[in-house]
Amino acid sequence: MKRFFAQCYIWLLLIVLYAPIVFIAVFSFTESKVLGNWTGFSTKLYANLFTGNMQGTGSLMHAIENTLLIALIAACVSTVLGTIAAIGIHNMRGKSKQAITFLNNIPMLNPDIITGVSLFLLFVFLHISQGYMTVVLAHITFCTPYVVLSVLPKLTQMNPNIYEAALDLGATPFQALRKVLIPLLKPGMISGFILAFTMSLDDFAVTFFTRGTIGLDTLSTYIYTDARKGGLTPELRPMITIMFVGILILLIIINLRKIRNAKNATE
Amino acid sequence: MTKRSTWALPYAIFLVLFVALPLILIMVYAFQDGSGNFTFGNFTKFFRDTDAINTFALSLEVAIENTAICILLGYPAAWILANKKLNKSAVTIVLFIMPMWINALMRTLATAELFHMLGIQLGKGTLIIGMVYDYLPFMIYPIYNILDRMDKSYAEAAADLGATPWQVFWKVQVPLSMPGVISGVMMVFMPTVSTFAISEFLTNNKIKLFGTIIQENINSSMWNYGAALSLVMLVIIGITSLLQDNKKEVSGGIV
Repeated sequence: MKRFFAQCYIWLLLIVLYAPIVFIAVFSFTESKVLGNWTGFSTKLYANLFTGNMQGTGSLMHAIENTLLIALIAACVSTVLGTIAAIGIHNMRGKSKQAITFLNNIPMLNPDIITGVSLFLLFVFLHISQGYMTVVLAHITFCTPYVVLSVLPKLTQMNPNIYEAALDLGATPFQALRKVLIPLLKPGMISGFILAFTMSLDDFAVTFFTRGTIGLDTLSTYIYTDARKGGLTPELRPMITIMFVGILILLIIINLRKIRNAKNATE
Repeated sequence: MTKRSTWALPYAIFLVLFVALPLILIMVYAFQDGSGNFTFGNFTKFFRDTDAINTFALSLEVAIENTAICILLGYPAAWILANKKLNKSAVTIVLFIMPMWINALMRTLATAELFHMLGIQLGKGTLIIGMVYDYLPFMIYPIYNILDRMDKSYAEAAADLGATPWQVFWKVQVPLSMPGVISGVMMVFMPTVSTFAISEFLTNNKIKLFGTIIQENINSSMWNYGAALSLVMLVIIGITSLLQDNKKEVSGGIV
């Protein structure tokens, strides 16, 4: 009985939580310009999205490209910078370690808007014209701390003698890094990369303040401008639906695999 | 061994340039007038500006209400999800976590459109409901995490020693899960107090929150006033995170 009520609560919460998404998904299969006005089943919006047969598609496709490219660059650079930094921080002691850990925590604690405004002021102060470059730099700024924090625990778990042993056995520092350190740190680097990538994809505020006035749009800023113009472009409905379904499937697969692996491990 | 500490040097320089210097610049700009002279004018302007003060108070109020509702709804959910007797399926957990991975603007727009279709007047009510929609997963996840990893023997020991299930819950499980609640509060309160696009969508531009005012000033080149307002927000954030540090020590003592 208790279990029944608990399940009711959980599913009620989920239904309420997912209502807007389901609603968008349902209305992605009709042509009407206004949401909530069902004018019969149609996949025209999907067709429009993929064939580019709509107003302003060019800029939407551009925005998607920008979003992915910026996230990819930011995640790659953050992973390299963050991993090297983590190795350094792990070997630091005392005040300097405290100072760098403190600075590293700031972008994670700061609200997006503060990060955005402060970087905006930096670029104004340094007379750097804002655009693609500044957005990428800003994304690296708030992504790298997550990489550092994902890699550091792997370094603590690692036996420090392994690296020294490789050096004693005649490996050059570079070989020891590539063949010993990197493979051991890989799980941390991968989760750091994924975190950085999703953080960058999801960002709106920091991009908004650092993109300048050259008309650079990521998906977030595109949606923001689009919605402010009055109403959502109908073609965004199928796009939101596709993203939701895609992420749902991905997460369920990842989690089912995790559970299966855990079961195999115990058997 | 110690030589490898120099590997952190590039990142240290990066942090000084892109984290420390920008924050210092907020302070510098906040205490300057348009032509670069030192002034307190931006702050006196803020305290005389009833609109800005009211917005500031409203932002705090909305953030506190949102956080409180998220705890009230989220704690029972996290507790059920972490309880193996009440919830056997991993899919429900994934379903609760999933919205965290999706662009907040998109989720907010979907919510606003739903209100619109249901004919609900956009205003303060929809603002708070919409924010709960956006941030509930961020409250559930940390609490679930800590409850899930909690050593079950504490609860069993308390029960063996004669505690009623209710006592076990209030005297053992709730105190032990406090770190999760605190990080949930951080993950919900901070973004709500500083949000700007979300409030515009959920109220059809009727209600402005503090973040919107900062954005409007920065975008209309009122950098100094914008910086001063950002500094005010930074102080609030600073106070909130101090709260977290103290609590962490306390809870560390309990465990």
